[in-house]
Amino acid sequence: MYKYDSYDQQMVDARVADFRDQVRRRLDGSISEEQFRPLRLMNGLYLQLHAYMLRVAVPYGTLSSAQMKMLGDIADKYDRGYGHFTTRQNIQYNWIKLEDAPDILADLASVEMHAIQTSGNCIRNTTSDQYAGAIADEVVDPRPYAELIRQWSTFHPEFSFLPRKFKMAVIASDTDRAAMRLHDIGIQIVKNAAGELGAAFYVGGGMGRTPMVAPCINEFVPIDQMITYSEACLRVYNRHGRRDNKYKARIKILVHELGKDEYTRQVEAEFAHLLTQGIEPPLAELERIKVQFADPAFATGLVDTLDRSDPDFALWVDNNTHTHRIPGYVVVTISLKPVGGIPGDASADQIRLMGDLAKDYSFDELRVTHAQNIVLPHVQKAELYALWQKLDAAGLGTANLDKIGDIIACPGLDYCSLANARSIPVAQKISQRFAAREQEIGELKLKISGCINACGHHHAGHIGILGVDRKGVENYQLLLGGSEGADTSLGTITGPGFDENGIVDAVEKATDVYLANKEGEERFLDTYRRIGMAPFKEAIYG
Amino acid sequence: MKILTGNDLKTGDVTWWTGEGWSRHVEEAVDVGEHGEEIAARENALRHVVAPYVIDGARTEEGIRPAHIKERIRALGPTVRLDLSLKPADPAAGNWVI
Repeated sequence: MYKYDSYDQQMVDARVADFRDQVRRRLDGSISEEQFRPLRLMNGLYLQLHAYMLRVAVPYGTLSSAQMKMLGDIADKYDRGYGHFTTRQNIQYNWIKLEDAPDILADLASVEMHAIQTSGNCIRNTTSDQYAGAIADEVVDPRPYAELIRQWSTFHPEFSFLPRKFKMAVIASDTDRAAMRLHDIGIQIVKNAAGELGAAFYVGGGMGRTPMVAPCINEFVPIDQMITYSEACLRVYNRHGRRDNKYKARIKILVHELGKDEYTRQVEAEFAHLLTQGIEPPLAELERIKVQFADPAFATGLVDTLDRSDPDFALWVDNNTHTHRIPGYVVVTISLKPVGGIPGDASADQIRLMGDLAKDYSFDELRVTHAQNIVLPHVQKAELYALWQKLDAAGLGTANLDKIGDIIACPGLDYCSLANARSIPVAQKISQRFAAREQEIGELKLKISGCINACGHHHAGHIGILGVDRKGVENYQLLLGGSEGADTSLGTITGPGFDENGIVDAVEKATDVYLANKEGEERFLDTYRRIGMAPFKEAIYG
Repeated sequence: MKILTGNDLKTGDVTWWTGEGWSRHVEEAVDVGEHGEEIAARENALRHVVAPYVIDGARTEEGIRPAHIKERIRALGPTVRLDLSLKPADPAAGNWVI
């Protein structure tokens, strides 16, 4: 894992001191809310429906045991005993007091964490593949490149006041586990025929009110020019992005309006210019970062089999573990989606327990996934049963990864001041309705947003649900056919919306159509793509 | 009726204008009539409240009811965590929101 050097620590400590002074001046009246608001947002502090909300950055979703335990302690000490893991691989606290915020940031800084780049029109916290460094299908561990982007983007003077927020993701395998093509810039680290590393750039994707899948504008940028190319992409956007209209200010609109070819032409011209300026970080810095992502001390000669005699354990293994690139190890995903629970929420005790288990079973490392779950990336098979027993005893043993109960849901109108409808109650009802059938239904990614901003990724759900406000009453639209993987696609609205109970019935009708038409090992998405929307509409509205 | 609401500057708690000060409980809110913006500006300047605004509401048999569901959720707390709401002992409290 990356460890702060003295510069990193000084920057974060200085930021805490700055914010402490800013809060003091806000409370004593030296500055107004209008003056203070952008300052608190630059430190991840929002004013939400019930209180201040603090969003803490988890760079590329990677955490140490000590960091995770601090997140649990903060939940107890300053909040109401829980935290909410988000689709940006971050964590949010919903009940923060302004006067406590500087102390929280100081506690975070003590474990090399902060809340920078979690709000505002800057380059936000970069996301990545939650299985990075553990899975066999990657060409290289993408995290050193994500860390390089973090260092380049943090406090970048030219890109601190962009036309709108800017989200980047970095992956290094063809199996996209980070919704890469639905980002402002998605980077896939690739190898060319000569075995050289490069970066494929996908620019102009995003969800929100105008969802778009990012086109590839350059299939191979040499890896030692990745930051320069990113700078060129940002510079063209910063120059031409629509600052006059918030709803047209994201880079996806610019790429769409200019056209991919013209946008690419301008980026290439800027890139050629920037190559003469020597802005690329020296390779020695990348090598310094890479050293910190070296493999842990994996044991060799381990037993590579499991005792599956406990059926509950076997079910969990089948659902929530992935093959590790090292024999004798597995990648474990801890579901934060218990039946009827709140997607992404974990109590302070659960957060601390996961931190302890990471230390005992996974080389001191955890990951937050964009699907609002937690990963222990390196677990010995021989220790898996003991780990599962501890997770299960703490309510963390749900066996439902990528099943219909593993729902992504934004906080919705229960917490969010932007939301139009509640997301969580719908997720809870669906989770309960399908609990007994989710293994039969198989892989089905269901995603719920409480407004058009799409924090719940509804456009990319095999089944998506969008909550809207219809004359003061919650109404839910149903979408089918979205995907965020290597086969990224955007869902299509089925037709008129439903009330809270009606949308659950509609989802059940859609799954019934799937099961009646499924061929072989088809997933819900495969069947939908083969038979089209018509049978689903007929069942739902007929 | 017109109700004035906002958040407490220090704690972020949802607050309602009572005519004399601010309360956590919407049932203590008063009709501010045409004076909402004026009171909001004054209280904002005194740092008694942050981001105040005027909403529509009605006086009902159950007490004062904000017109929009968003404001009713603000008044109660999250419907999915009634233990954290202002009525933790009432399992049916969420019905008031809908």
